[in-house]
Amino acid sequence: MVRSEAEVTVSLHRLAHARAGDKGERLNLALFAYDPRHFDVLMAQVTEARVQALFAHRGVSRVRRYPLPGLSGMNLVLDDVLQGGVNGALNLDGHGKTLSFLLLSMAIILPAALKTGNQG
Amino acid sequence: MTFLLGSGAGFSGDRTDAAIPVVAELIRRGQPAALLFETLGERTLAAAHRARHDDPGSGFEPLLDELLAPVLADCLDNGIAILGNFGAANPAGACERVRVLAEQAGRGDIRIGHVQGDDIRSRLSAIDLLHWETESGEMPGEEALISANVYLGAAPLVEALSQGAEVVVTGRVADPALFLAPLVHHFGWAWDDWDRLAAGTMAGHLGECGAQVSGGYFADPGLKNVPGLATVGYPIIEVEEDGSLVVTKPPGTGGCVTERTVKEQLLYEVHDPGNYLTPDVVVDLSDARIVEIGPDRVAVSGIRGRPAPERLKTTVCYAGGWQGEAEISYAGPNAFGRARLAAEVLRERLTFRVPPELRSRFDIIGHASVFDSDAGELQQQSAAPENGDYRLRLAVGHPERRWVERATQELLALYCAGPAGGGGVRRQFQRRVCTASYLVKRSDVEAFATLYDATLNEATRNNERSHDHGAQ
Repeated sequence: MVRSEAEVTVSLHRLAHARAGDKGERLNLALFAYDPRHFDVLMAQVTEARVQALFAHRGVSRVRRYPLPGLSGMNLVLDDVLQGGVNGALNLDGHGKTLSFLLLSMAIILPAALKTGNQG
Repeated sequence: MTFLLGSGAGFSGDRTDAAIPVVAELIRRGQPAALLFETLGERTLAAAHRARHDDPGSGFEPLLDELLAPVLADCLDNGIAILGNFGAANPAGACERVRVLAEQAGRGDIRIGHVQGDDIRSRLSAIDLLHWETESGEMPGEEALISANVYLGAAPLVEALSQGAEVVVTGRVADPALFLAPLVHHFGWAWDDWDRLAAGTMAGHLGECGAQVSGGYFADPGLKNVPGLATVGYPIIEVEEDGSLVVTKPPGTGGCVTERTVKEQLLYEVHDPGNYLTPDVVVDLSDARIVEIGPDRVAVSGIRGRPAPERLKTTVCYAGGWQGEAEISYAGPNAFGRARLAAEVLRERLTFRVPPELRSRFDIIGHASVFDSDAGELQQQSAAPENGDYRLRLAVGHPERRWVERATQELLALYCAGPAGGGGVRRQFQRRVCTASYLVKRSDVEAFATLYDATLNEATRNNERSHDHGAQ
């Protein structure tokens, strides 16, 4: 969708790739920009507050973000998001392995000048 | 000289033919090498303890024969050490099985290293325990306790290799320790050479999940394409004496090793990248660099280490009651309406058929499931097309088996008493295993290795048998 001539809204899925890992009730989501030029956009918009809001329904108690500029990425650590974890969860996915793609469903506003091939 | 680390498996249940091309490439290269099997997840060990409780001869990796038999003789003939945590709850049992496999391959003289000391269940009440990070709560009672195992570091594995072990069998060790141990043994790295220990540990971290660094768990068609995922090559990690690492895979296999596959695995299950705790070293990934240096060749550098933590992580598994699941499908016209009605009927039934403390969760697969909360907030906030293919899923938990059986039986009864056209019911229930993690003092852990002696093991088992007999 075109917001203005200068900006477009895209799914984070088009800009970055991610993998989820779990330990107990804690989930980590490692997120990396496909294009290093998008790292600053991710840092500005994939904030702890926005991630907390995206996972609010799962009861997340805290989100911490560790920037990794050398890898054009960040590590997001979410506490108490697994509702019991691999051992206790009633969720089909007790590990939370699928949740990397919930993160990637976040909407990102991208300056049109930074639009590249992946954004269709 | 370069040392090669080949991954043979990344979890219990992994592809059992994965090690074959890895071993073929290690032999072709002719460099010093080891083959590593990581098959022991957080919960796998509890399942193994239960299995051993029911059958004292079991309790080690159930797929051990399938994993080892195709490569054991080749590794023994070519001096490729094999290390695996496939001992699980019964490393001695796994040692015996490895001995039998070697004998069948004409190598009855095999030297097997048996690492011990991770199982601290019998001493748990006598030692000083701290809660792991944010965890709290009471230690479960003795009757609920299933297992207590320390994550050992690489030292006892190095000890086994120094004793001449060709195969090293462990129970619980930190996964990367399987990879670090042959490096320390080969290069003679000191136990306070933190940067090298950190590099070796991250070689292990990158390799321990098998294909997850070489194209597995990565493909997203159109955005991240991976060739030949059906025959994905498991990783080989080239390590130099100075700790330099290159991740690659056997030629002619599927998958890919790229900057992106390595990045995803580098941070897998890591929390603070500047402070990744392992028994052997605290790793700092803040300045890690990942560079593609050729096709399916990625160099990793900039990994730093700091002194190892003072305490070791211990995971305690205990019985946590029962959980059950049951599902039924609705498809075609008005399928969503029928699936929702089925959920309503089931909820109403549960209010008077099972006790109120039963935990329950309802998913409509095809609408909202794995992303949703137990309360079903996503389902409530959105609708789905009426005409579709949906599967109602009930999941329940309760300390007593009978209520879990009853609740899932209520879903089964939707066949005749629920909405029209429901089919394909599946139902299962099982014991739930809970885990809690603690930190123990290193001085409370006695980890060591011995060369496995089959005659001793036989004697031990005979003793156990007569003891059991006497108790009856």
